[in-house]
Amino acid sequence: MDFSLSPEEARFRDQVRGWLRDNLDDRTREAAAGHDDIELRRDWQRRVHEAGFAGVSWPRELGGQGGTLMQEVIVNQEMAAARAPDMLNVIGLYMAGPTILAHGTPEQKARHIPPLLRADEIWCQGFSEPNSGSDLASLRTRAVIDGDDFVVSGQKVWTTLAHVSRWCILLTRTDSAETAHAGLTYLIVDMQSPGVEVRPLRQITGDAEFNEMYLTDVRVPRANLLGAVGGGWRVAMTTLMHERATLGVGLQVRSRIALDELRALARTTLVDGVPRSADPVVRQRIAQLVIEVEAMRINGLRGLSRVLQGEQPGPEGSVNKLMWSELNQRIAETALDLLGPYGTLAEGEERAPRNGRWAYGYLRSRANSIEGGTSEVLRNILAERVLGLPRGR
Amino acid sequence: MNVGLTDEQELLRRQARDFLDRECPAARVRQLMEDDLGHDPRMYARMVELGWTAIPFAERHGGLGLGLVDLAVVLEEMGRHVVPSPFQSSVGLAGMTLAASGDEAQAARLLPSICDGSQLATVALVEESGRWDAGGVRMAAERSSDAWLLHGEKLFVPDAQVADRMIVATRTAADPADGLTLLVVNTAAPGVTVRPLASMDATRRVAAVGFDAVEVPADAVVGEPGRGWATLRRGLDRAMVCIAAELAGTAQRVLEMTVEYARVRQQFGRPIGAYQAVSHRCADMLVMVESARSLAYHAAWALDNDVPEAPLAAAMAKAYAGDAARSVASNGLQLHGGIGFTWEHDIHLHLKRAKWGEATLGDATHHRERVAQLLEL
Ligand SMILES: Cc1cc2nc3c(=O)[nH]c(=O)nc-3n(C[C@H](O)[C@H](O)[C@H](O)COP(=O)(O)OP(=O)(O)OC[C@H]3O[C@@H](n4cnc5c(N)ncnc54)[C@H](O)[C@@H]3O)c2cc1C
Ligand SMILES: Cc1cc2nc3c(=O)[nH]c(=O)nc-3n(C[C@H](O)[C@H](O)[C@H](O)COP(=O)(O)OP(=O)(O)OC[C@H]3O[C@@H](n4cnc5c(N)ncnc54)[C@H](O)[C@@H]3O)c2cc1C
Repeated sequence: MDFSLSPEEARFRDQVRGWLRDNLDDRTREAAAGHDDIELRRDWQRRVHEAGFAGVSWPRELGGQGGTLMQEVIVNQEMAAARAPDMLNVIGLYMAGPTILAHGTPEQKARHIPPLLRADEIWCQGFSEPNSGSDLASLRTRAVIDGDDFVVSGQKVWTTLAHVSRWCILLTRTDSAETAHAGLTYLIVDMQSPGVEVRPLRQITGDAEFNEMYLTDVRVPRANLLGAVGGGWRVAMTTLMHERATLGVGLQVRSRIALDELRALARTTLVDGVPRSADPVVRQRIAQLVIEVEAMRINGLRGLSRVLQGEQPGPEGSVNKLMWSELNQRIAETALDLLGPYGTLAEGEERAPRNGRWAYGYLRSRANSIEGGTSEVLRNILAERVLGLPRGR
Repeated sequence: MNVGLTDEQELLRRQARDFLDRECPAARVRQLMEDDLGHDPRMYARMVELGWTAIPFAERHGGLGLGLVDLAVVLEEMGRHVVPSPFQSSVGLAGMTLAASGDEAQAARLLPSICDGSQLATVALVEESGRWDAGGVRMAAERSSDAWLLHGEKLFVPDAQVADRMIVATRTAADPADGLTLLVVNTAAPGVTVRPLASMDATRRVAAVGFDAVEVPADAVVGEPGRGWATLRRGLDRAMVCIAAELAGTAQRVLEMTVEYARVRQQFGRPIGAYQAVSHRCADMLVMVESARSLAYHAAWALDNDVPEAPLAAAMAKAYAGDAARSVASNGLQLHGGIGFTWEHDIHLHLKRAKWGEATLGDATHHRERVAQLLEL
């Protein structure tokens, strides 16, 4: 057992750190953390890619670095530890990209991977529908084969970044069987196609990150089929597995940063001259969060070790997604509790601590146990696929 | 980085599980619960033959020169089987304290006999207050010309009923941070009385030990006089991780028992495991078991490699494992329904062991406060 980095890995980490030291200042941090400023975030991803730190483990001929998975993890960790802005093209990098690499044709890879890495083209994920959320296989958006095209009609919802995306990974039904997994087909859809309409939805934070998406007789060339007709479920599983496993490594570090900030908050928030960190209840709560985030980190490393030994990422990835969403919510809740009434003050209010960032974080964290699979669904997966309990209903 | 077990460690695990399946099934555990010694010396001798008692100690002291990670592999299996044995107190607590003390003379004197099983040792720390820290130690040792004189009582001394040697924490200076002196006491010395405490977990014996004008030779000190807490702390960090590993094994076994039961027990025409009130609890138990194991192994690795955050890792592992094992055992009992409440069913053995482990060497609240201090909160 060895938790330390090899000398080469440590050198690589130092290289990433060095680059971040030279290229990341507080202004970039703050500016690019603004949720709405797409162009700033696009610019940040381009710089990261030019430095060789996007698609680290992807093939060189596609704009990647041909590096190792471990290097990719190191980049994620260092970016988060340096409080670097999130990459803009999250769905492209962590979901669409790995899925195309696993199931795409050489033409699809060559066409889509390089611009995706540079954030020249943003991706969105059209899985959820008004009547198909957790029960994804019940989706109804229809794709009918017509000559060399699929003709797609239906409605998607909660589609993050659809309003700025060029491409969509779209899960559709080609077989009329109402809810069968076998009737699903996975398509790459050009968001500029006639018949695609995107309507923003406002979130509880006030932001409009996600959207409704209406598709009316959208023509999608056969060349944009990913996997086989009727084979969409298997392809979608690749996407979801990556959503929960690969992404998790970066998320975990974000929780540690939030925790560091929480500890500082507890020390510096005074009530009648006494720091909140002197309260034994506060100390217990924060210590417990620290312990659980550490457990999540090591669980993640154990999973990663197995992948590095050549195993596929398995349903165990759901352990970390489940832990992460709960922890992130509890970190945010603890912060608000520490702040008392000040915690409820919003951005723009002069008295709002950190210009309302804690309040925003609290609200945004409510989505953590819904997006990427709800906590209930993840528990089902763990019970049925890891523990082998009988299927529920 | 590779945080999996090595092939040798996997082999050790398989060997330990096979041995304990054979030698220590639940029926044997139940017999030993009624036994005066509280363990089976023949089984202990076999464990010595397998090399388990020598795992974490240096070769010059008769050990195998392996690490805490290897010991954790064995302890996890012992936790699965709730093995009644002074192994934990002799090897994990007293042995690790000697090994980590930096006191080469004492280590050379005692460790070989702990490794070869010819002597059993333990640590006597806690007193009336029930505290697991330096401040809880009031029992004084008076220094005469060439001896120490002990008066007082220690409580919750693990496996004192079979220990040959006892490392006793005594107060020799009024120092809020330390002021302790560790003395090796022969339990057969005149004035030492061992009175077993009736406790919930009959697989883990604890005793009240009385010291009535017990004379200990001057060279019985472990480490420096007056610096005993600093010395003991290093041993306790290791012992905490040993308990954490054991608790992870206990919790893992409860999860397995519960899942097996939930698959076959039918109510309302289907297996109870098909109800989410049951299956979701099992999923949460899985998260706790995996996390307890991760933290225990990481802390073992950190101590083996002397990384700076090792004491923090140990405190985290003990805090989490204590809560997790108790919670998993309680949930497991609940999901067994009425049968889980019977003496006949094994689940209570695990619940009681979990409570023992939770309370021993400081509970989760104690160690969370330690985490807060180490993080300078
Ligand atoms: C911020 C955010 C961003 C998102 N981005 C995207 C995106 O980009 N693309 C995309 O396709 N989707 C996206 N989603 C959608 C997300 O994947 C779904 O919201 C999620 O899968 C849950 O589906 P639902 O909202 O329809 O809830 P439902 O499935 O209707 O669930 C409602 C409640 O019932 C529970 N429930 C449902 N089924 C079960 C069951 N079998 N057992 C127990 N409990 C159950 C759920 O856990 C939940 O608590 C996003 C969601 C959010 C919040
Ligand atoms: C101390 C004690 C005294 C008792 N005294 C008496 C007595 O005097 N007379 C008498 O008749 N009975 C008595 N009982 C029995 C008691 O009523 C039953 O134990 C209880 O009804 C549960 O049934 P079970 O033990 O068969 O568990 P099961 O019904 O097998 O349940 C096992 C587990 O599955 C869960 N479960 C079962 N069905 C579902 C479901 N549909 N959804 C979700 N979860 C489910 C349960 O909650 C439990 O956690 C006693 C029990 C105890 C512990």
